[in-house]
Amino acid sequence: MADPAPIVATNVSHSYGTGSMRREVLQDINFRVDPGEVVLLTGPSGCGKTTLLTLVGALRSLQHGELQVLGVPLAQAGRGDRRRLRQRIGMIFQGHNLLRCLTAEQNVQMGADLLPGLSYAQRRGQAREWLRAVGLGDQLSKVPHDLSGGQKQRVAIARALAAHPRLLLADEPTAALDGRTGREIVELLQRLAREQGCGVLMVTHDPRILDLADRLLAMEDGRLIENRVASMPAG
Amino acid sequence: MIQALWRRRGVPLAWLLLSRQPVRLLIALAGISFAGILMFMQLGFRDGLFDASVTIHRLFDADLVLMSPRSMSSISMAGFPERRLIQTMAEPAVESVSPVHWNFVLWRNPETRSTRSLLALGFEPDDALFVDSMLADQSASLRQKGRVLFDARSRPEFGPVAERFNAGQVVESEVAGQRVRVSGLVELGPSFGADGNLITSRETFRSLLPSTSRGSIELGLIRLRDGADPEAVAERLRAWLPNDVSVFTKKAFIEFEKNYWRSSTAIGFIFSLGAAMGFVVGCVIVYQILYGDVSDHLPEYATLMAMGYPLRDLLAVVVREGLMLALVGYVPAYAAGEGLYALIRGSTQLPVGMSPQRAVLVFSLILVMCMGSALVAMRKLADADPAEIF
Repeated sequence: MADPAPIVATNVSHSYGTGSMRREVLQDINFRVDPGEVVLLTGPSGCGKTTLLTLVGALRSLQHGELQVLGVPLAQAGRGDRRRLRQRIGMIFQGHNLLRCLTAEQNVQMGADLLPGLSYAQRRGQAREWLRAVGLGDQLSKVPHDLSGGQKQRVAIARALAAHPRLLLADEPTAALDGRTGREIVELLQRLAREQGCGVLMVTHDPRILDLADRLLAMEDGRLIENRVASMPAG
Repeated sequence: MIQALWRRRGVPLAWLLLSRQPVRLLIALAGISFAGILMFMQLGFRDGLFDASVTIHRLFDADLVLMSPRSMSSISMAGFPERRLIQTMAEPAVESVSPVHWNFVLWRNPETRSTRSLLALGFEPDDALFVDSMLADQSASLRQKGRVLFDARSRPEFGPVAERFNAGQVVESEVAGQRVRVSGLVELGPSFGADGNLITSRETFRSLLPSTSRGSIELGLIRLRDGADPEAVAERLRAWLPNDVSVFTKKAFIEFEKNYWRSSTAIGFIFSLGAAMGFVVGCVIVYQILYGDVSDHLPEYATLMAMGYPLRDLLAVVVREGLMLALVGYVPAYAAGEGLYALIRGSTQLPVGMSPQRAVLVFSLILVMCMGSALVAMRKLADADPAEIF
C-alpha cells in the first residue's frame, strides 16, 4: 500500500481579521511533501511561515484552497477529525514544550500513550527505546529542568517520534541552541525521519542547516517565492 | 468524562502535577484539612450540644414521662398538678411513679463566694430516679434535710466541691440563700442548658424554692409492668387525663428536648452555618490551587492538545487532581478532628465525639468541594489554544 503524500497544498490562502482590519497572511500556496522527504521552509519573520505550519498541523481551520495532510482533506475536516489527524503528526516546537513535572521518559511516553492497542509496559519500553535512539538512554529519569537545551530538544524529538507519526512539523527547532548542537539535532531528526519514512516540514532561519534538506521552500509576504531541490545531496 | 477517569494506564499526570510542586501541594492540603477540621468542629459542637442537652433525660428510670404542656424545654419547666401522676396509677399497666421537681437555683461557690445558676432536681429518696445505680447507696443520705448530691462533672466555676468532698472534707455551701451540705457525688455532666447539677429530696427542694406550690411538680416518671407497650399506654392515658398534662414516652421526651435546641433556638443554625463557612473556605482554596495549576500549565495543556489528546482527557486530569486532593486532605482533617474532640471533651465536659455518619458527611462535603472547584477551574482549560503554541 502506497503511503499518501504527507502534504499536498493547492492554492491555500489565509487571512486574519475582518473588514478593514483584514490582512492576508497566505496567498495561493502550492507545494507537496513526499514520504521520507525533508523540506525546509525559510523566510523573514511575519511572512506567514508559522500560520502555514498551524494549518498543516490541523491546529487551525482552513479558509481557502485545498490541503491534504496524510490523505485527509482538511477543507472538510471537523474539530474531531483534526484532533485525530494530529495524533499522526509529530510536532517539535521552538521552545521544547516539555511537561515540566514529568521526567524525560514520562514526557516521551505521553507521545507513546497515544498509540492504540499497546500495553503500558510496551509503551514504556518504546519510550525508553526512543530516548536511546536520540542518545539519552542514561537520562531517563531527569526532569526537563536538569537537562541542557540540546538534551531537551532531543527529548522533544523522541516524544514527537514516539507516536509513530507519518509527518513531522518543526518550528525553528534550533533557535534556542548553539550552532553545533543545532546541527546535530537536525541531523538526528533527519536520520530518524528517513528511517521511519516520515515526511518533514521544518521552518528555520538557520543557514547552517540548509544543506540537510531535500528541498527548500522560501516565502515572502505570504507567497511562496522559491521551491527547489536542494543543490547539495543531504547526509 | 467517566470513562476517561478509568482510561487505560498511562503516565499518572494528575499525581505528578500535584506532587512535583510540594509547596503548592502542602498549601492545598493545609487548606482542605483546615476546611475539614472546621466542619468537624462545627458539626461536632452541634451534635454534642443536642446530645448534651439530654444527658439527664437519658438517665431517668421511666417508660413514660408526664410534663406540663407549658414546658418547652429543660430550661423552662412549668409545673402541673401532682394529682395527675397519682391518677395514672389507675391504669393497670402502670407499676410505679416518681414525682420530680426541676428548677434552676443559685449555688454559691464555697471558695470564691460567687453565685451561679445550676439545675436542681428534687425527688423522694425512696423512689427510683435514674436507671444508673449511682444513687443507690447515696439517696438515703438525702432523707436528712439540707443534704444535696453534687454533680462531680459540673463546670469548675462552681468551686472545688468534688475535690474537697473526695478529700474527706465537709463541703457546705449556700443554695438560694440557704445552707446545704454535700452528702455525696453523682456523675451527670453539664449540658448547654445547665452548667452543673445537684440532686436533693423534695423536702429540701421545697425549702430552697419556697415559691414552689404544693401539689405541683415539673416531671412525673412512670414505670410500666413488664411487657406493656409504652406507646399504647401513653395513648390510653392521653385519652382520659385532662389536658393540663402531656404524656411522653421516654424516647419522645428525649426527642422533645433535642428538638427544642434544634428548632427553637439559633444554635443549630449557627453551627450549621459555621460548617458551611468551612465548606466555602475550602472551596475557595481548592479552586485557587486548581485554577493556578491549570493557568501555570496552560502551554503544556496546549501542547498535549496539539499532540492530539482530546479535551476530555485533560479535563479528567483536573478532576483526578481534585479527587486526590480530597483523599489526601481528608486524612489529616480526620485525625485533627479526633484530637480536637478529645480536647473539647476534656475542657468543656461536653459529649463531643466522632460518629461514623459525621465522618462520612465531612468526607462527602470535601469531595463535593474538590470536585466542584475542579469543574470551575476546568473552564480555564478552554483558554489552552494549541494554534498559539508555534
